[in-house]
Amino acid sequence: MDKVVRMSSEKGVVIFSKSSCCMSYAVQVLFQDLGVHPTVHEIDKDPDCREIEKALMRLGCSTPVPAVFVGGKLVGSTNEVMSMHLSGSLVPLVKPFQANLC
Amino acid sequence: MNSASTHFVPTSRVGIYEPLHQFGMWGETFKNNIGNGGSMNTPNHILIPNNQKLDNTNLSEDTSHGTPHMFDQEASTSRHPDKIQRRLAQNREAARKSRLRKKAYVQQLETSRLKLIQLEQELDRARQQGFYVGNGIDTSSLGFSETMNPGIAAFEMEYGHWIEEQNKQICELRTVLHGHVTDVELRSQVENAMKHYFELFRMKSAAAKADVFFVMSGMWRTSAERFFLWIGGFRPSDLLKVLLPHFDVMTDQQVLDVCNLRQSCQQAEDALSQGMEKLQHTLAECVARGGLGEGNYIPQVNSAMERLEALVSFVNQADHLRHETLQQMHRILTTRQAARGLLALGEYFQRLRALSSSWATRHREPT
Repeated sequence: MDKVVRMSSEKGVVIFSKSSCCMSYAVQVLFQDLGVHPTVHEIDKDPDCREIEKALMRLGCSTPVPAVFVGGKLVGSTNEVMSMHLSGSLVPLVKPFQANLC
Repeated sequence: MNSASTHFVPTSRVGIYEPLHQFGMWGETFKNNIGNGGSMNTPNHILIPNNQKLDNTNLSEDTSHGTPHMFDQEASTSRHPDKIQRRLAQNREAARKSRLRKKAYVQQLETSRLKLIQLEQELDRARQQGFYVGNGIDTSSLGFSETMNPGIAAFEMEYGHWIEEQNKQICELRTVLHGHVTDVELRSQVENAMKHYFELFRMKSAAAKADVFFVMSGMWRTSAERFFLWIGGFRPSDLLKVLLPHFDVMTDQQVLDVCNLRQSCQQAEDALSQGMEKLQHTLAECVARGGLGEGNYIPQVNSAMERLEALVSFVNQADHLRHETLQQMHRILTTRQAARGLLALGEYFQRLRALSSSWATRHREPT
């Protein structure tokens, strides 16, 4: 779906979420802790919510939300993000997108 | 001649007529006296009430002969002593069988009593080792019994077995680490221990589907373990902090890796905790929506039900974190270090369970 491709290709960390989804919020908090400001798309507020959900599932997400893209590439859902972080491979991935806090 | 009536003396009344066989002897005398209108003998008086209480089944031969006559007792005694004897023998046999049945019943009771004592001892032993014994038998619990939910009842039983297996594995690890074993043998022990923890996460996931509140409450764990509860279990970063000093000599790289792992764990835990807080807020908002005090709140309850589904995903995610922490430690450490780490972890949990047990029984100790 073009819309999904366009949105996911945005620079940095992109999270597809829903306003009611607390797990998506948790993932958002994690990236913020890592010094990244993710772009959050709350798809339940989008009129094309259903199509976006289907497109995300087709791309390989186990659940439509949260769906995390870094630098245009799909990382996955909560499981994948947590695994990557514990293995130490998430920080290098988002390093280019970390905001300079100083 | 006297009618051939047979009056049988019921067993219970034999005692009164103890010397019944004597009637046979006396029967002749009575017969002689009857004809002579002789005075009634004492035994006759005793017999009279007995005639009125005769068992109907014994009167089959009497009906054609009219009402029983008191003299007929002696007559039947003298004419059919063997019938009396047979009836006595039957009574003795019945009494013997009754005594045997009673003996068997008492033996059954004794066996059951012994079994009960045995079971109570097992329970005590299990409690001492810090198992949480559910099903409402455990008096130190809050009377919390989830056995109405079959998924939870199954989990509680499985968890009991899991603890048994855990204790066995800890003993094996201890033995193996004190001896000289090959790395191969050690590796299989480590693999088994890891698989055992993964099995627990699988069990918890199934239980969370059955009743997420049960898993979240930690009621299936002992009280001291519950003190450290975070989303249905232990905080992985806390456990890493506890275990770090207990490893064998580690390389600098290993120390760095473990510290990084602990920090990542903490960040992941914080993220999940904040997600949980948001869930609490949205749930509270959802439940309190509309006029509080109106008295009708079915729609609020229904929409809150939908929100609660998210709790299951948090429990699963927390266990996923625990799973990944174990995996990473396995990757960072050597086989021997991992074995030692798993032993330390296992014994840490055992100590917490023992603490729970001691605490629960402290008031019973005489001071």
